[in-house]
Amino acid sequence: MTQTETPIISVRDLTKSFGKLQVLNGIDLDLMPGELLSLIGPSGSGKSTLIRCLNMLEIPTSGMFRFKGLEVRRKFRSEGEQIGVGDLRRRVGMVFQHFNLFPHLTVLQNITKGPLVVLKQDAAEAEATAMTLLDEVGLAEKRDVYPTHLSGGQKQRVAIARALAMKPDVLLLDEVTSALDPELVGEVLQVIRRLAETGMTMVLVTHEMSFAADTASRIIFMEQGRIAETGSPEELLHNPKSERLQNFLARFHA
Amino acid sequence: MYHWDFYTVLQSFDLFLIGIWATFIYTVGSIAIGVVVGLLTCFARLSRFPALRILARSYQELFRCTPLLVQILWAYYALPMVLGFSISNTTAGLLTLSLYVGSFYAEIFRGGINAVDKGQREAAAAIGMSGPQSMRYIIMPQAVKKMLPAFINQSVIQVKNTSLLYAISIAELTYMTSVVNSETYRPLESYTLAAIMYFCMLFPLTQIADQFERRMRRSD
Ligand SMILES: Nc1ncnc2c1ncn2[C@@H]1O[C@H](COP(=O)(O)OP(=O)(O)O)[C@@H](O)[C@H]1O
Ligand SMILES: [Mg+2]
Repeated sequence: MTQTETPIISVRDLTKSFGKLQVLNGIDLDLMPGELLSLIGPSGSGKSTLIRCLNMLEIPTSGMFRFKGLEVRRKFRSEGEQIGVGDLRRRVGMVFQHFNLFPHLTVLQNITKGPLVVLKQDAAEAEATAMTLLDEVGLAEKRDVYPTHLSGGQKQRVAIARALAMKPDVLLLDEVTSALDPELVGEVLQVIRRLAETGMTMVLVTHEMSFAADTASRIIFMEQGRIAETGSPEELLHNPKSERLQNFLARFHA
Repeated sequence: MYHWDFYTVLQSFDLFLIGIWATFIYTVGSIAIGVVVGLLTCFARLSRFPALRILARSYQELFRCTPLLVQILWAYYALPMVLGFSISNTTAGLLTLSLYVGSFYAEIFRGGINAVDKGQREAAAAIGMSGPQSMRYIIMPQAVKKMLPAFINQSVIQVKNTSLLYAISIAELTYMTSVVNSETYRPLESYTLAAIMYFCMLFPLTQIADQFERRMRRSD
């Protein structure tokens, strides 16, 4: 690795336990700028827990965690050379399976709230950015609508715009199409695909194997809290080494 | 056949007005203080400091598990013996009513906050909001809507509870009604009128609470 290539996120021997249940068993991961990393694996293998550790929504039990070379401290505020959880989260965006839009705010307010409150942008700037993003996800005309009046696909596109409004260095997406009706999946994947083309660094948990095959620069197969196999889509999806991965993939080709 | 005579009673209408005014003042005053006490107690119970949680919980249970009338009498007659100086019936009454309603408000506030989906807190955290920012801009606005019907109901009960101040001779509506009665010897008319006055104050409030509840169920 050369000096110019500092990973955006770097973790070593990361573990996470819930009480006695150890969910992550020593994860090593370097996320490079511009990468689209796809996490696949059976349900319960720890994909969500891992991705939620990457913005400290879950605080890891042990292990090393660096963001752009800076050590991440387990407190909200940054201090000295260490970056705090608050600063980490504003630079690592997250999109959830169930959208989690703010129901008491309009589409536009959902997107501007973070920039206004956290980044202290002025109203005009925040609104301009939000409108550009809404345009990009094709929902400019919904700016004054409340989330209840949107379809699932529209909600998820707003949620992506909300995360992007913080101008994050990475976007984490956890099964963002799993709660959608099948006919609405495409419009959300289209937005992600276009984001990938702009060079946005992303970590994507997904069951959309063909989408992962098309867009991912690297795929990680997780099992029982470990990274069981990793490689390019070509290597992993077309020439799976382990029997487990072969079995896992067989279910999607049926 | 009883001969109704509201005329005599109504001649003392100014006494009723004094009572209504006092009832209003004690209600509004104790609700205002109660909201502050309730909020503090609610945040204490949600805090990560066990000592604060236990303290808040103890206060709540103390006031929720003893009769308000006993609390009022205790504050006026017993508390001065503990303190070593006397306190006015106004202070004792207002203090007790406030702490009493505050213990219930705290529970209502806590319920409202806990009723907000935990995904909301996570979404707020994910855009870098601090705990207080998330509480102020994301959780509270949603929690207030959820707690409003229960809050209004508790406040309606509070109006009625001011009548217990009768026991320490505070000139609220019930006490003033007893004054009218002793002057006119017309208990039926006096107390009927008092009941009607309470009803006219409270009925609109319960209707508002119902309205909110219905509107909320529709928007869910
Ligand atoms: N907050 C939590 N408390 C307790 N156990 C949890 C919690 N979150 C996840 N788990 C457990 O961790 C394991 C991995 O879950 P998860 O990361 O959601 O897997 P995946 O996303 O791959 O399906 C599961 O056994 C799940 O029950
Ligand atoms: Mg999951």
